[in-house]
Amino acid sequence: MSEEANPSWQPSPSDFTAKSKYQTADAITRPAMSYWQDAWRRLKENKRALFSLYLILGLMTFTLAGPYLWTIDPSAQDLDQIGMAPGANRNVTIAPTYQPWYGPTNNLVYSEDNLLSLTLVGDATSQAVRLAWKGGWRKTWQGTGPEPDNGQTNYGYKIYRTLFALNPDDAFGLPLMETQNHYFEDRLDLQPTDYYYTVVALDSQGVETDQFSIVQITVKRVITVLEAQKRGLTKSGPVVEGEEIKLSLHPFGTDYLGRDMLARLIYGGQVSLFIGIFAPLLYVLLGVIYGSIAGFLGGAVDQLMMRFADFAVALPFLLFMILLKVVFGIGPGESGVLPMLVAMVILLWPAPARLVRGQILQIREEGYVSASKLLGANTSYLVFRHMIPNTMGVILVTITFQVPSAIFTEAFLSFIGMGVAPPTPSWGSMCNDGIKSMLTRPHELFFPALFISITVLAFNLLGDGLRDALDARMRNRE
Amino acid sequence: MSSKSAKQPHDAAHSLSRQLSLYFFLALIFVAGLLFALNQLAGLMGTASQEAQAVDFANNSISAVLREEPPQLDSSKSTDSSSGLVLGHIMEGLLRMDLQDRLEPGVAERWQVTPTHATFWLRKDAKWSDGKPITAADFIFAWQLALKPETASQYATLLYPIENAEAINSGELPASALGVSAPDPNTLVVKLSRPVAFFDKLVVFPTFFPIREDFYKATQGRFGSDAKDLLYSGPYVIKNWVHSANMLLERNPHYWDNNRGKLAQINFAYITSDATATLNFFKDERIALARLQAENLTEALRLKWPIRRFADGTVFYLEFNHRQERISRNLNFRKAIQHVLDMEELVYKVTKLPGYLPGKSLFPEWLIGVEKTLREEYPATTVTVDHAKAKAYLALAQQELGLAKLPEITLLTSDNPVSNIQSEWLQEVLKQTLGITVKIDKQIFKQRLAKMTSGDFDLLLGGWGPDYNDPLTYGDLFASWNLNNRGKYNSPQMDELVATAQNATATPDRMQAFGDIQRQLFDDVVILPMYERGVTYVVHPQLKGVKRRVIGAETDYTYAYLDPDT
Amino acid sequence: MLIYTLKRLALGVLTVWFIATATFFGMHAVPGDPLSSDKSTTAQIRANLEAKYGLDKPLLTQYAIYLKNISQGDFGISFTQENRQVNDIIKEHFPISAILGILAIVFAALGGILWGALTALYRNRWPDSVIMFLVILGISVPSFVIAAISQMFLVNINAFAGTTILPIGGWGTVWHMIVPAMVLGLSTMAYLTRLMRSSMLEIVNTDYIRTAHSKGLPKTRIFSRHQLRNAILPVVTVLGPAIAGITTGGFVVEIVFAIPGLGRYFVEAIQQLDYTVIMGTTVFYGAFLVFMVILVDLLYGWIDPRVRINP
Repeated sequence: MSEEANPSWQPSPSDFTAKSKYQTADAITRPAMSYWQDAWRRLKENKRALFSLYLILGLMTFTLAGPYLWTIDPSAQDLDQIGMAPGANRNVTIAPTYQPWYGPTNNLVYSEDNLLSLTLVGDATSQAVRLAWKGGWRKTWQGTGPEPDNGQTNYGYKIYRTLFALNPDDAFGLPLMETQNHYFEDRLDLQPTDYYYTVVALDSQGVETDQFSIVQITVKRVITVLEAQKRGLTKSGPVVEGEEIKLSLHPFGTDYLGRDMLARLIYGGQVSLFIGIFAPLLYVLLGVIYGSIAGFLGGAVDQLMMRFADFAVALPFLLFMILLKVVFGIGPGESGVLPMLVAMVILLWPAPARLVRGQILQIREEGYVSASKLLGANTSYLVFRHMIPNTMGVILVTITFQVPSAIFTEAFLSFIGMGVAPPTPSWGSMCNDGIKSMLTRPHELFFPALFISITVLAFNLLGDGLRDALDARMRNRE
Repeated sequence: MSSKSAKQPHDAAHSLSRQLSLYFFLALIFVAGLLFALNQLAGLMGTASQEAQAVDFANNSISAVLREEPPQLDSSKSTDSSSGLVLGHIMEGLLRMDLQDRLEPGVAERWQVTPTHATFWLRKDAKWSDGKPITAADFIFAWQLALKPETASQYATLLYPIENAEAINSGELPASALGVSAPDPNTLVVKLSRPVAFFDKLVVFPTFFPIREDFYKATQGRFGSDAKDLLYSGPYVIKNWVHSANMLLERNPHYWDNNRGKLAQINFAYITSDATATLNFFKDERIALARLQAENLTEALRLKWPIRRFADGTVFYLEFNHRQERISRNLNFRKAIQHVLDMEELVYKVTKLPGYLPGKSLFPEWLIGVEKTLREEYPATTVTVDHAKAKAYLALAQQELGLAKLPEITLLTSDNPVSNIQSEWLQEVLKQTLGITVKIDKQIFKQRLAKMTSGDFDLLLGGWGPDYNDPLTYGDLFASWNLNNRGKYNSPQMDELVATAQNATATPDRMQAFGDIQRQLFDDVVILPMYERGVTYVVHPQLKGVKRRVIGAETDYTYAYLDPDT
Repeated sequence: MLIYTLKRLALGVLTVWFIATATFFGMHAVPGDPLSSDKSTTAQIRANLEAKYGLDKPLLTQYAIYLKNISQGDFGISFTQENRQVNDIIKEHFPISAILGILAIVFAALGGILWGALTALYRNRWPDSVIMFLVILGISVPSFVIAAISQMFLVNINAFAGTTILPIGGWGTVWHMIVPAMVLGLSTMAYLTRLMRSSMLEIVNTDYIRTAHSKGLPKTRIFSRHQLRNAILPVVTVLGPAIAGITTGGFVVEIVFAIPGLGRYFVEAIQQLDYTVIMGTTVFYGAFLVFMVILVDLLYGWIDPRVRINP
């Protein structure tokens, strides 16, 4: 219709015929969407939320499909590769089986370039480092004629080992042994690196004298033929002594018992993600329902319900966990994942309940609630359709924050015997174990912590995106 | 919606963030004020640990760490190592151990042990910290106190060799019936109910320390709970004790021996069990001695700290359950396990803690025999790992027990990280070599004790630390009447050997009995010794004379002194 | 108001009584007991010990005796630290935990509100991302690790500077409190940041804010008067129990920094099954928690006038 009035317009009979019933005045430019459809659309458009969804999908695939792609047994221990960092040197030589050593043979040629004639016997390998020495009195004899047996009794020797070159006046390092013998075999944690051994002569009181010798030794990593066979390294053909082969590849390194980190991360993810996602979902859900009912109904019901929540929170967590473990009758070494889930839900619901109740107390005074009531809405419609969606922000933040908390609680519970039993790994317990060697083998802590961080990040971004998507006020804004 | 230009949200954000900054600064001022107030409050509470210094030449003092708060310092009742450490510095008994771990006179100048009596002659210049002399009556009172049922002392059993002691402890006789007498104030005569050749080694233990009756009664039940509720007989007194926070020891001016107690003050400035934190305190030069853990070893080597090592006396072993219903009661089953576990692998590759020795026997290396060490005179038998033999034993066991399939067995362990590693290793080895499935039953302390007592396990990671310096403290463990024999191993031969070791008077006879016990433990595979624990630790280079002990004060500073020339 | 408060206090006492009862019976139902130790004792000595502590009486009798005692304010003597009254333990160690906890909460609250508001303001720009990254790190890394790393860091700083900048442990002055309090409050601060951000973002879109804008109110006034005040509500809800939780849950921090607080007693008492200390600390904590919750509820009404306390 034209907006300008046309003064010379005259009505005609055609102007008075009935118009067709359906007009196109209100053209529908896009299909009507329900609340949920609109939320989903907005979620998809949020780039960060999409990224987080992909991350979560990736984690799921990692833990569920991982075992079929990377088939190493997560509990297989490889004691020669304990605590290896990813990308560490994997070369190893084949050596004969270890035989106990009882001292040097008579035809050993001692090296004469140090005070005690300290000599390395044989090769220095990761199986053993063998040292022999003669003692100091030979060198002190300066006279002519046959060397006297001056009756100097050997009161004993003390052997030290260190990793760093020694300057004069430096402490010798780690004391390994005191012995009356003139030989010593070291088998303690021999890594393929340089060691400096010091042998010090003791006097009659067992006090160290100033007679000592230092020798520098490079240790070679070895395994025996049997061990190579056990680890499946002989698939490409038998191995002979002296041959150099490569140990199996561990892309993420190995842990404190030589188990493959990648396999443990995959299997550990199954437990951690299951508990980390479902436990918070369940107890936050329980808390939300409980808190919204309490908040909405108010009055005496609210008081009683909240006092019960206080009661649940004040109970000592550890004590009741032990009690629940006994009650559920979890046998030794059984994986009590479901009972642990139930226990966590039973003990952790009050915090979200209180939070949601606080929100509800605020929201129920809002205008739209009264309006809805006037229109005849019943309690559950008000609560579930109006109030809860408006507390979504707080609920989502709580859920995402409970994810790492649940993972660590699970680790703590497994540590005290409830939850997964060894050797089943979980990310949280891998973190616990990795803390001990944080300084020397950081990869044992780093990787599980990284995976937990990725999970937390993903759920946080998702939570943000969901909050934006579900916020009714942002509907129709974009 | 609104037609705000793109710039305005930025301006809005900036101005609002300016306001936030204002709040932030206000908050900072608030926090500063709060900190100041809290500082005053904390100062009022008087719990401040004075800034501890590892070694202080000006005051001739050092500072150290206590791993746990001592529950109380009543020597008739104390059981744990923290109280043992403190008591070793503030009290002295009849006899004590010297720097070479041999018995030497303490309050008693000389002593004599016969099959029926033990007599101690006390020196005349031994005094309490209030100047009064220490007399035989003080020992009598302390020993009667330890035996009274209402004291409920857990180490009262150590006094049982004394006549009537056991009857007093069960309430049948009054405390005054104890077989000790003091013919004069400086002589103590002990009547023994049976010959105990090593009674003199027993009296070193804190339960035998003297307590003065009038002081005890004056504290009205609070004896040993605070610095003022204690009377001191040793080189140091407690000057200040803030529970769970710190404890300050100062030299006792009335102590008779000038060779001990050279340091004027010992400040236990921190009480924490965290080994890493303790090492941090050492690095920060706040304490003079700290234990070293495996992962700090490299750093300690790099910093060229002087490292020492000592065997703390505890022996760890795998205990089998010998009860009727358990598969581990079968000898061949135990032999199978004996032939697959390589303890050297465990110690050298798995636990890798420097100072640990692979286990060969229940008796540790340092126990003295007749003239040399017990283990030198009676070498332990060991077994070499042999998988084929082990499998044969297992097959035999299955046959004997009539088991078509092997059941799963339970390994009871604690929530301790070291036990964790060991149990996981054990589980894997048994699975790979023998096909036995082991379930690891992790329990916290009290629950584990309950299961141990009720016998709810197949395998148990157990250990034992010595109470006194005689092989009997280990040797009687597997007698059928010993409550610490958790697996309930029951053998008449073992019981006979233990009885000999307890009652024989000639040392060679007793040592022979111990050798036989060691042999039987091996032949019958009662237990599998795993390792002897050792500790590596670092000491401040200017602190000398620190003695580590297996029995008594674990770290003994009473002979320590500061040497400025290092 | 007064009647309401009194009613709440009465209900609170009832709640604490329930807590005490549940804990008492739960404690006795757990296997093990405070008297067992590594080295077994003879039956005689065991009987002596039980008689001394009254553990040989039937359970209900013990319960009745215990209730009578606590109604007179006597929480008994600790099993593990003999000759130390539980009252004394709480009296001596709670103030330390409280000071540490207050400081931690102050850091957490101020920090949380500040960072949360900032991220909401600069939503989806770089300050938001940086702060969010730190928040994620703050909750993904376990508190043990953060405590250990911070102590190591302090040692290195002291070594580098050649003198003590901050003490690395112990207790006494405010300098001992700063780092442990920050470590203790870190995860709560992360949580509060997120909560604050979320509620700020919600409020930005509400009608009354839009009204205020269209009314022409200065933005700063809208921010402080309306946005902040309403967004703080969920933070306050969390703060109440958080204060109670932090004050008693500083177990890890207390051990690493050698602080003689109450948190250690909580955990160690359960491990040692020290009945009296478990009961004493639980009842005390329960009472403290109930009190904080009442305080928070009263605070609600003050912050948000619409939330009238409906009796």
